[in-house]
Amino acid sequence: MSNPLADMDKPDVIFCIGTNMTECHPVAATRLKRALARGAKMIVADPRRIGLAEIADVHLPIRVGSDVSLLLAMAHVIAREGLVDQAFIDERTTQGEDFMKHVERYTPEWASGICECDPGDIEKAALLYGGADRGAIYYTVGITEHICGVDNVQSLCNLALMTGNLGREGTGVNPMRGQNNIQGAGDAGALPNNYPGFQAVTVPAHQEKFHKAYGRKVDLETGMTKVTALDLCGDGIHAMIINGENTLVTDPDRHHCEHALKSLDCLVVIDIFMTETAKVADVVFPATAWAETDGVCTNTERRVQRLRAAVPPPGDAKPDWWIVSRLAQRMGWKGFEFESAKEVFNELCSLSPIYAGLDWDRIDRGEHQWPVPTRDHPGTPRLHEEGFENGRGIFKMLEYRDPEETLSDEYPMWLTTGRRLPQYHTRTQTGRSGGIDYLLSEETLEVHPDDIARLGLQDGGWAELSNPRGCLHVKVRATAKSPKGTVFASFAFEDVPVNVLTGGGYDPVTQTAALKACPVALKPVGPPPALGQAGAGAMTIPGGM
Amino acid sequence: MKRNGTATTNGAPRPEGAPRTKGVQLTMTLDGEKVAFTRGETVYEVAERHRREIPTLCYDPRLDPFGGCRLCVVELEGARNPVASCTTKAEPGMRVRTRSAALEVQRRILMEMVASENRDTDVDPMHGYASQEMAELLDRYDARTGRFEGALSGTSRPDDDNPFIKRDYENCISCYRCVRVCAEQEGDYAISVMNRGFHTQITTEFGGLLKDSACTFCGQCIQTCPTGALGDLKALANKDVPGETETTRTICPYCGVGCTVDVMTRGEKIVGVLPAMDGPANEGALCVKGQFAFDFVGHPDRLATPFIREDKSGQLRPASWDEALDFAAGKLRRVVKDHGRRAVYGIASGRAPHEAAYMMQRFIRAGLGTNHIDNCSRA
Repeated sequence: MSNPLADMDKPDVIFCIGTNMTECHPVAATRLKRALARGAKMIVADPRRIGLAEIADVHLPIRVGSDVSLLLAMAHVIAREGLVDQAFIDERTTQGEDFMKHVERYTPEWASGICECDPGDIEKAALLYGGADRGAIYYTVGITEHICGVDNVQSLCNLALMTGNLGREGTGVNPMRGQNNIQGAGDAGALPNNYPGFQAVTVPAHQEKFHKAYGRKVDLETGMTKVTALDLCGDGIHAMIINGENTLVTDPDRHHCEHALKSLDCLVVIDIFMTETAKVADVVFPATAWAETDGVCTNTERRVQRLRAAVPPPGDAKPDWWIVSRLAQRMGWKGFEFESAKEVFNELCSLSPIYAGLDWDRIDRGEHQWPVPTRDHPGTPRLHEEGFENGRGIFKMLEYRDPEETLSDEYPMWLTTGRRLPQYHTRTQTGRSGGIDYLLSEETLEVHPDDIARLGLQDGGWAELSNPRGCLHVKVRATAKSPKGTVFASFAFEDVPVNVLTGGGYDPVTQTAALKACPVALKPVGPPPALGQAGAGAMTIPGGM
Repeated sequence: MKRNGTATTNGAPRPEGAPRTKGVQLTMTLDGEKVAFTRGETVYEVAERHRREIPTLCYDPRLDPFGGCRLCVVELEGARNPVASCTTKAEPGMRVRTRSAALEVQRRILMEMVASENRDTDVDPMHGYASQEMAELLDRYDARTGRFEGALSGTSRPDDDNPFIKRDYENCISCYRCVRVCAEQEGDYAISVMNRGFHTQITTEFGGLLKDSACTFCGQCIQTCPTGALGDLKALANKDVPGETETTRTICPYCGVGCTVDVMTRGEKIVGVLPAMDGPANEGALCVKGQFAFDFVGHPDRLATPFIREDKSGQLRPASWDEALDFAAGKLRRVVKDHGRRAVYGIASGRAPHEAAYMMQRFIRAGLGTNHIDNCSRA
């Protein structure tokens, strides 16, 4: 996030897009609700009538994957109505003039033909955000998990740049990160293009620094992404070490994943449960879990916080860092003689400019948000206050692109996927925590009542979802939360593995999978033969991440 | 809102002294002592900052002042009757007495009356964060006299079969903290108040079960309840686990908000989770997962030993660390020998700590000299 969580109760106008925050980041959503109680207005763009949409001033039920068209039209209205922050544009951005010209042709009427929203509502949303003194944008993977994920994010940046909604309290462009330490995994350098602290691997000075630190020359070119690596399994990639990810269930196109992992000569999995992915490994190492592990994590607002062990791990389980460093030692490599998490974290701090002012003891109370460049630096709750790191904010001239796969006579419905409040990811943790299944014990496919009638489905009955990649059966739930023509399911339950269907391409820049827009066919089927009284989900043992 | 009797690590210090506002120092007199305050502060807040320990039952610093329990009354010079300090804004020159014989008598009588409404005056601390507040005040005012015999107010809901929130309204004192936290903090408005006087009842819309209401089971009502009328059923199920309750401060394992929690343990068992009121990301808030989904940690399905795949049977079998590390290193060395160092790929976790991700990339970069490392953020 560009701005701290504490800023979330301060905007005049909140713009949430592709974020089901009340279910996926419930505590952050409470701050937005407090802002609304104080009088703030909220725009919610989401295909589904999610919890946030229920309390929004404007809900834009966009067609999945059409975000760029909506955001271009909003920019058009803001420019046309003179709601731009010209001083901000002049002082801090470049190509503003070109951008204003670029958006002239993208009217709400034009966008309406793509995103299927009422042009009047698009106009209203644009006037609200453009007219705000403090406008804040919040998004999640509903924005990024598309073939145009980067375009979507840059479209949001364009809106913030043209209205000067960056670098001030209650503003910003704020991605909500979905996992407790997904920010930290990137911070720590687990990226093919960056050393720790987002230092590009292609910059000679960075290469020199790590050569010196690690005593080994590192390749000068960027590594491949996980997506490419999975494509090349058995053909260039012959071994994988997977730490705490249930790749088989969480990645798109399950059959492809399964084939990829099985064609490796060596798969090493480090996890806390025997996940589907661990089951196909050659070696499985048992890791310590949350509340058994001392360590550090970074949250969505870049706050660096301590994790503390409260109980001993089961049996011989060991911390991940210990496992990997001991494996390195067995490989015969020097420099992996770490004895504590503190030692590991302090080495990370010594090599990362954004953590340079931190160490294990200094983060004890979680007071710092990176960058913390020096020992006496208080941290940076709000980015871009004085200026942008790379000079000026650059307007991007974007065009709308269709998803890689679009609707056809054969596959006439959109499937979109996500999470639900009580269950987390593939239920490895929530499914094994007492009581959670009381709130949600099985997966259902959310279908608009008109589609139910049109397709001959029944509320509570079963449906077959299929596309060329796969097929699954799922119980149907009638709800106007889904728009007509779009169905929704979460990826929480093992017996409804929606990732057999998803997989319609990747963003060309980040290679983030398009998990939110997937054409499918939908037809009624009978209940599964072996099904008892409770529904399949209630009887399965949870697996996966 | 004060802590119940559990030890804590890293509790936040109480702020000392009032900040100055633009050179003009606002002052009032508190028990004869001249004290500074900031505009907008209530008399209660000023007094708390100066450690007066005024009793309250309806106060939660995160909620709007309510003035329901009347325990926080103070004597204000110029006012005929004592005023509720939680709803009275501090004014320059105000003269306030937080303690006097008359106030103490009034508070004691109030506590005796409060106690008379409830079936139990003492509840297990596992009920929740604030559950001991009433019992502590009964002790402080020596108010377990049984002088008043009141009707119980509130009807318990043993019919609510939810596994998280005990609804024992026979121990409810109608402080409305649960209703207010649900509305003001959560914005959920799932619970409300019905009737008045002894018939006051905390209820949901249509008086049904919590799961049929707007309740999200975040547990905030439990944690603010000062009497144990609401209780954490998951923690209470562990109330007979032997040992002292200790707490360890850490961060919730679920989404990226990074809520601070205090994990309660007895011996080697996690017995519950408390929200950290001074957690920078959450300021005391949690969701259903952070509050209740903790027992995967000690689950019998946890891996407790390494496994290796036997060449002959093709099955995974348990192995010692020595054997498994050698087995893995042997396989990896073979791949490097046959296909080169670029044939090995590492995927780090977005769920494990920094040290895990850092060591994974170190393994790939320092060990193999490639950049074939990623994390799970692309899907």
